Amino acid sequence: MIEFRSVSKKYGSNVVLDEVSFNIEKGETFVIIGLSGAGKTTILRHIAGFINPDSGEVLVDDIRMNGAGSGVRIRLRKKMGFLFQSGALINWLSVRENVALPLVEHKLGSMDEINRIVDEKLNLLQLGDAGDKMPSEISGGMKKRVGLARAIVRNPDIILYDEPTSGLDPVMSARINELILKMQEKLDVTSVVVTHDMESAYYIADRIAMLYNGKIIECGTPEQIRASDDPVVKQFIEGRITGPIEG
Amino acid sequence: MERYKLNRFYSLFTDTGERITHQLKFTGFTLILIFKTFLTLRFVFAKRGEIVKQMYISGVKSMPVCTIVALFGGMILALHTGVELAKFGQQELVPTLMINIMNKEMGSFLTSIIITAFSGAAMAAELGTMKVSEEIDALEMMSINPVAYLVMPRVVSMMIMLPTLSIYTIILGVAGGGIISYFQLGITTEAYYHKVFQSIWLKDMYVGLLKSFVFGLMISSISCANGLKAEGGALGVGQATRVSVVSSYLLVLIMGYFITALFYGGFL
Repeated sequence: MIEFRSVSKKYGSNVVLDEVSFNIEKGETFVIIGLSGAGKTTILRHIAGFINPDSGEVLVDDIRMNGAGSGVRIRLRKKMGFLFQSGALINWLSVRENVALPLVEHKLGSMDEINRIVDEKLNLLQLGDAGDKMPSEISGGMKKRVGLARAIVRNPDIILYDEPTSGLDPVMSARINELILKMQEKLDVTSVVVTHDMESAYYIADRIAMLYNGKIIECGTPEQIRASDDPVVKQFIEGRITGPIEG
Repeated sequence: MERYKLNRFYSLFTDTGERITHQLKFTGFTLILIFKTFLTLRFVFAKRGEIVKQMYISGVKSMPVCTIVALFGGMILALHTGVELAKFGQQELVPTLMINIMNKEMGSFLTSIIITAFSGAAMAAELGTMKVSEEIDALEMMSINPVAYLVMPRVVSMMIMLPTLSIYTIILGVAGGGIISYFQLGITTEAYYHKVFQSIWLKDMYVGLLKSFVFGLMISSISCANGLKAEGGALGVGQATRVSVVSSYLLVLIMGYFITALFYGGFL
């Protein structure tokens, strides 16, 4: 479904991705963990086609995303939903209008149909009462849920989650984790989740990959990651101060 | 010491080069944005609601400021010229001067200055904030063209509202001149407006409106381009806003000169 082939990316002299390769199967929940600034979001942005790698290939559904024309990118993006870290809600639109935006802009049905789909997604995310509120009137957790409702409103095949639980209280984090699992069960989507919340990663992941110094240093099931002998992975998942991780 | 001087010279050279390259890239980005905006004009009808909303924001809301600036601008202009001309007994030329100056130059110029500060800065800040908070990326992710959704309605609304507000500014500026002429220069209201209507030239009017139209396109495009290029959080948004205002002012002056030269400098 998604494949990275020897992808490298530099910002100035800072190497963010160094010959990164991995493959994500259809219906899989693939979690990428790593330090802040390690390049996790850069991987998501490559998949979404916002940036191109300096070298290597990014394939989505066997189609090369990097270097593709805008038509191909738009077609591939129609299969994807993206939950941004801040929710990225349009400020002057209400919650309901935000969720309906992709359907309204692409005229995907009559207003009655659109309203029905929007209600269904809002209820799925327990946002039934918040439809008329503005983004400035809702909490961070609600913004993320609205962002998620908008991401799934077109029933995408792939959902990209950028730090879905960051800045949330434990109850809200658990709720978001449940929702991610529910998405996979109900909609059979492929999920790519970027996080440094290990509890969340163990709970939702089919596979976890650890990104460090631009490379995937470990990739496996949550059990394999827990049992990893790699000192960097051990230090990171145990959250220890001392160890090989610099800075 | 020699090496230090050489390094400073070298860094000055590379910094200047980088700035020029950055400016050229940004100019290219703005020109491409204008081109893309014209390509999305086919969505004008579909986006009519947003265009009307932007016309209200950039036009109607700035009318109180325009009223004060135009009225007092006209009064200042009439006072300065009237007092000087009165020394030679030529104060009856004030109405002619007022309508000519307002029509040819000051109407579009004053309005552009107000609109740049009022709406251009707001556009750059709004789009800049959207850029740094990933809202533009979110639009792209939904396969919504940000140019058609955000830029085109703003550009079209400003291209309509700037000429409209220019006419409003001209009327109020001339009216301001009328007040001074009546109270300070002893010209009756009837005589003032009779002379004003006698001195309206079609060429002055269409050149003035053309300027407003071009300024509207320039200010909105520059503001949107700066907003879309913003990066680095609140600092980046502030910088984008500042650059958009300064660039708009400079280009209004430069383009104003060239349009004047084109129509009054013997070219046309």
